[in-house]
Amino acid sequence: MFQRRTVDMTVPSLRSTVSIIMKIGVLALQGDFAEHLSMLRRLGVEAAEVRLPRHLDDLDGLIIPGGESTTIGKLAVDFDLIEPLRQFGKTHAIWGTCAGAIFLSKDVRRPQPLLGLMDIIVQRNAFGRQVDSFEADLPIPELGALPYHAVFIRAPIIESVFGEARVLATLPDGRIVAAQQGKLLATSFHPELTEDVRFHEYFLALAR
Amino acid sequence: MEQQTGTFAVKKGLAQMLKGGVIMDVVTPEQAKIAEDAGACAVMALERVPADIRAQGGVARMSDPELILKIMDAVSIPVMAKCRIGHFVEAQILEAIGVDYIDESEVLTPADEEHHINKHLFKVPFVCGARNLGEALRRIGEGAAMIRTKGEAGTGDVVEAVRHARAVLGEIRRLTTMADEELMHYAKEIGAPYELVKETKQLGRLPVVNFAAGGIATPADAALMMQLGMDGVFVGSGIFKSGNPAKRAAAIVKAVTHYNDPAILAEVSRNLGEPMVGRNISTMPEIERIAGRGW
Repeated sequence: MFQRRTVDMTVPSLRSTVSIIMKIGVLALQGDFAEHLSMLRRLGVEAAEVRLPRHLDDLDGLIIPGGESTTIGKLAVDFDLIEPLRQFGKTHAIWGTCAGAIFLSKDVRRPQPLLGLMDIIVQRNAFGRQVDSFEADLPIPELGALPYHAVFIRAPIIESVFGEARVLATLPDGRIVAAQQGKLLATSFHPELTEDVRFHEYFLALAR
Repeated sequence: MEQQTGTFAVKKGLAQMLKGGVIMDVVTPEQAKIAEDAGACAVMALERVPADIRAQGGVARMSDPELILKIMDAVSIPVMAKCRIGHFVEAQILEAIGVDYIDESEVLTPADEEHHINKHLFKVPFVCGARNLGEALRRIGEGAAMIRTKGEAGTGDVVEAVRHARAVLGEIRRLTTMADEELMHYAKEIGAPYELVKETKQLGRLPVVNFAAGGIATPADAALMMQLGMDGVFVGSGIFKSGNPAKRAAAIVKAVTHYNDPAILAEVSRNLGEPMVGRNISTMPEIERIAGRGW
């Protein structure tokens, strides 16, 4: 069985941000939105499911969870969420994990609905099939000295960043697995599947 | 830096990514494409859907790997495939061709009438059917990273899926009110590993993702299973045995997302064409029922 990590790895410099009451939405069309919601509530933030455009109204930020990007994209089109999400992303923080990172990107080299908010090109299923899914410790300077334990599931990689996007984390071979562009974040991996709250805290600081 | 593959976290993690979604049975690459375009979060690659397995009889085995590989080539979403209960060599073959999930399924003819596969030995994750909490926790104890209700596959009758969902979820609700000293006796009573009984009580839910399956044929059926508390839905014969598979598939996907919104459920349920022809389980002879397979 997967052993939960119990070490408190809170980033000291970010700790103050979580005491401010914020309302963060999690796009709940499909995927592991419940895991993000419980992580946010653990951090004392008000968290809400987003399924329709009106659910974006009073949010300070939005997380797009892991799931199947084709499913999430299709449902976003069917329920008229694409334009409202693009507008929201112009002024608010959005973080996409895995499928969410794909959805935020400008290009995935295949036809599927995308928000195109971030200057990143993403390759889906970049490591192969499920048997190639893996866990690994990554150095992420923004989160402090302790390595970050990342879970990659049929994960995409960020093939390249351009424009205003910058690299946040890479694998040892240099492949990009996290990027940031102002208040927008994209990660190939799933902080919501771990007990380490540092990435969520990092995002809350952007949403503030 | 060390990369670990095949851990329980990544096996269980893929099922977490499927939550709130619909996994559809398909028998050709064309059907797989229709399912993906309709918003399926994964497909189950098969030679025959359960309704046809029932109708044709005979021994039902793992599908031809060639067919599964063609379906894997056709879509970008995860592809699952079924092996027989206890048939670990079929599972080895499915792992070797790279399927994303294996369903050790009662829909196929069991290869072992006492033992299920030791699923810890595989890097590929497994989903297994369960009718109650004891059965679910035995399967997780053997290494299953995802559970589904058995329902009664290939009937289009949702009653057994409801029975199994209510059994598992109701037993968990009762478990959460038990005193800790009662857990060992309860574990013995339901034939479940003690550690998993303890963990389930602590979590207030199964330690892995729990989908509905077996008899789901309409958007309303799918939303019913979600409102009961399931994490997502498998639809087998219900889509491609219906009059308009693409439309019905898309409607069921929307119904799972908006399972709590009756106005949207009403909208997506309109004009779907003929549903699959159902088989009423209450008039079905015991010998034809497959949910009893599994130990």
